[in-house]
Amino acid sequence: MTTKKNYLRPIDFKHGHIDMTHGAGGRAAAQLVNELFARAFDNEYLNQGHDGALLPFPTGGRLVMATDGHVISPLFFPGGDIGCLSVHGTVNDVAMSGAKPLYLAASFILEEGFALADLKRIVESMAAAARDAGVPIVTGDTKVVEKGKGDGVFISTTGVGVVPDGLCIDGRQARVGDVILVSGTMGEHGVAVMSLRESLEFETAIESDTAALHTLVQAMLQALPDPGALHVLRDPTRGGLATTLNEIATQSQVGMAIEEALIPVLPQVEAACELLGLDPLYVANEGKLIAICAPEVADTLLAAMRAHPLGQGAQRIGTVTQDAHCFVQMSTRFGGRRVVDWLSGEQLPRIC
Amino acid sequence: MKYIDEFRDGDGARHIAAKIAAEVRTDLSYNFMEFCGGHTHAISRYGIADMLPANVRMIHGPGCPVCVLPIGRVDLAIRLALERGVMLCTYGDTMRVPASDNLSLIKAKARGADIRMVYSASDALKLAEQNPEREVVFFAIGFETTTPPTALVIRDAAARAVKNFSVLCCHVLTPSAITHILESAEVRQLGTVPIDGFIGPAHVSIIIGSQPYEHFAEEYRKPVVITGFEPLDVMQGILMLVRQVNAGQAVVENEFSRVVTRDGNLAAQNLVSQVFELRESFEWRGLGEVPYSALKIRPAFAEWDAERKFDLHYASVPDHKQCECGAILRGVKRPQDCKLFGTVCTPESPMGSCMVSNEGACAAHYSYGRFRDIAVVAASASA
Amino acid sequence: MCLAIPARVVELLPGMRAIVDLSGVRKDVSIDLVDDAQVGDYVIIHVGYAIGKIDPEEAARTLALFAEMAQIEAAQP
Repeated sequence: MTTKKNYLRPIDFKHGHIDMTHGAGGRAAAQLVNELFARAFDNEYLNQGHDGALLPFPTGGRLVMATDGHVISPLFFPGGDIGCLSVHGTVNDVAMSGAKPLYLAASFILEEGFALADLKRIVESMAAAARDAGVPIVTGDTKVVEKGKGDGVFISTTGVGVVPDGLCIDGRQARVGDVILVSGTMGEHGVAVMSLRESLEFETAIESDTAALHTLVQAMLQALPDPGALHVLRDPTRGGLATTLNEIATQSQVGMAIEEALIPVLPQVEAACELLGLDPLYVANEGKLIAICAPEVADTLLAAMRAHPLGQGAQRIGTVTQDAHCFVQMSTRFGGRRVVDWLSGEQLPRIC
Repeated sequence: MKYIDEFRDGDGARHIAAKIAAEVRTDLSYNFMEFCGGHTHAISRYGIADMLPANVRMIHGPGCPVCVLPIGRVDLAIRLALERGVMLCTYGDTMRVPASDNLSLIKAKARGADIRMVYSASDALKLAEQNPEREVVFFAIGFETTTPPTALVIRDAAARAVKNFSVLCCHVLTPSAITHILESAEVRQLGTVPIDGFIGPAHVSIIIGSQPYEHFAEEYRKPVVITGFEPLDVMQGILMLVRQVNAGQAVVENEFSRVVTRDGNLAAQNLVSQVFELRESFEWRGLGEVPYSALKIRPAFAEWDAERKFDLHYASVPDHKQCECGAILRGVKRPQDCKLFGTVCTPESPMGSCMVSNEGACAAHYSYGRFRDIAVVAASASA
Repeated sequence: MCLAIPARVVELLPGMRAIVDLSGVRKDVSIDLVDDAQVGDYVIIHVGYAIGKIDPEEAARTLALFAEMAQIEAAQP
C-alpha cells in the first residue's frame, strides 16, 4: 500500500469564516498565510519566510518610519476599502517627510467569524495598492480575537523610507510669508464613508480619494532647483484641512490666512455636507496633501503638482502669517472673517 | 445650490451692509435679539457682526433646544440607557451635553449604554421594528420645526402597533420663550437687556406661521422680522428692523416670504395637536420654570410615552455654580463674561450646553469669534 | 435644531415619500407634511422630512429686493 501524498484541503474563500485556529500559530494559521497573504503580497522579501524580513537599505540619507492603525467602518466604501486605505495611509505618512517609501509591514487583527471572502477582497486590494505604489509588503502578522471583540478586521501598517540628507520637511518649518497649497478638492473620503453609515444613507457619486501620494511628492521635489524651499508637507486626514493647518500653525508657531473662495470642494461634496450639517473643512481626505513653501517657488510647485495625475486640482489657498496666537483665519466667501479652529471632539452631523 | 448660493452672495451682502450703515441713526443704539440658534450660527459663521455698524448689537437668544435642555432631562435619558437597558436614539447635537455625575450621552455610551445617533425620528422607529426584543426610546428635543416629525413617528408607531417603541418628549415652544424673556426683570424693569426688536425664527415659522408673533409686536411694542437663515436674509432682516425702529413701528414683517406664510403649515400643526398637548410648566435651562412652554404626549398615545411607560420623574439639577449659560441664554451676559469660558469650558470639555451645540452662543463665539477678543492680531505679514 | 435645506423633488415614492436632489446628491425623505409636493418643486428638508415648499415667485421677489439695494447704491452720486 502506498502512502498517499500529503493533502491539504484548500481554504474555502467563498464560504469560509475566520475561526480561532487561524490565529493559533498552527497549521491552519500557516495555511492562511500561505494561501492568502503570501500569495497576494508575493515579493522576494516576504518569500524569505522569516519572522523578520532581511532588507537592503540604500547608503546615505536618513530613515523615515511611520505607522498607522486602521479601524474604519464600514470596511468597503465607494472608491476603496480598508485594505488599500492602509497601504495609502502609511505610504503617504512616509512620503510627507519627502522620503521615498521602500517597504511596508502589515498586521491584521481578525474577528472570529469574519467572512474569508471579505478578507480575500481586502488582501487583494492591499496587494494591488502596494504593487501600484511600488512598495512591497515584506512582513506581517495575523491574530484572531473572539467574536464581538473586533470589528471584522483591524489593520496596522508600518512603513519605512529614505529621505536625502539635508532635506528637512516637517511641521515646524513653516515661515511667515510662505504660501499654502492644497493638491486638490477637499472632503471626498469622509463624505463617501459617511454616506454608508447607518442612518445617513443617500445616493451619491462621491468616492473616496484614497491614493498613494509619494510619486506626487517626488515630482514636486524634482521640480524645485532647491528642494529646501518646500517647508511642510502633510496629508489632511482625520479632522480635515482645518485641523491639519492648526497642527502646523501650532508646531511652527505661526498664524495662517486662507481664503474660503480658493479652497476647492466638489459641488456634490458641498451639497452632501449641507444635508448632513458638516463643514467640508473638517472632513477627512485620504489622497490629498497640503504643501507650504517659500513664496518664490509657489508657482513652480503649483505647476508641477498640476502636471501630476494626483495634483490636477491643486490650488493656492493662503499664506503663513505672524501670529502669536497661531490662529488660522479665513476670509469667507461672504466677505467676513472668521477663525478656523481645531476640530472639537468628533464631528457629529449637525441637525441644527 | 439653488435657493442657497444666491442668498450667500458677498456683493449683495456688502450692499445691504452699506444700506444699514447709511440708515442707522447715530443717536440711537439698536439691540436685536436673534432668537433662533440657526441665526446665531449663521451670524458667527459668516462674520455678519463684522459687517454691522457699531451701534447695532446682536443679542443671542435661547433658541437652541440643546442649550435650553436642562441637566435633569438628559439624566432621564442616560438612566434609561444605563439602568433600564433601552436602546436610546438621539440626534447628534445632544450626545455631548454634560449632565449629572460627569456623564453625557456619549460618555454613557463609553460605559456600555446602547446609545444610537439618528439623523431622523423615523430611523428610531425603524430600529425598534428591526429589534423587537429591545425597548427603543427616541429622545425627542427641538422647537416647533422638529415636533411634527416626532408626531408623525408616534402616529406611525401607533398605526403599526410597534409595542417596543416610545418617545421621551422634550419639545419646547418658541412664543412662550420669547414672552418669558420679554417678561423677565432684566428686560421689563431693569432695562439691563435692552431689546429693540427680534429676528424671528425661520424654520419654526414655516410650521407655525407669522401670526403667533403679532402678539409680541402689539403687546410689547417690539418689531419682529421673520428672517431666513442664509446670510443675505439675516442682513436684510436686520435692515428691516432698523427701519422699523427708526419709524417707531412695531409690526411683524416676513423676510422669509419664500417659505413662510401667515398661517404656516396647517397639516403639520394639526398633526402636532393630535399627538401632543401643553405641559403646564417645564424647566428651561437658564430660564427656570416657564408656563405652557412645552409639550407632552396625549393620553391617547400613552403606550408610546416613555415617561409613562418607564414611570419617569423629572428632578431638577442645578448647573455648575460658575456656569453662566443661564445668563447667556437670556442675553444678560456674553460668553466672554463667563469665568469658565475658554479655559475650563471649551468645546472639548464643555461645562454647559451653550458650549456643546454649534448654535450655542459660547461654542459659536469660541469657534468663530474668539480671535476678536484678543487685542490685536497682526496680519501685517500676510500677502 | 433648525438646519433645513432647500432641495428639488425629483421623484415621488409610495407611502408619502420622495427623492430630493441637492446638486447631484439624492436623499429619500418623507413628504407627509407637504403632501402636495410635486416633481420639480423645491422643498425645505429638516431631519429627513419636507416641512415646507419654496414659492419661486416670492424667492425671486426677495432676491430682487436685495438687488434693488444694489441699484440704488449704484445710482447714488
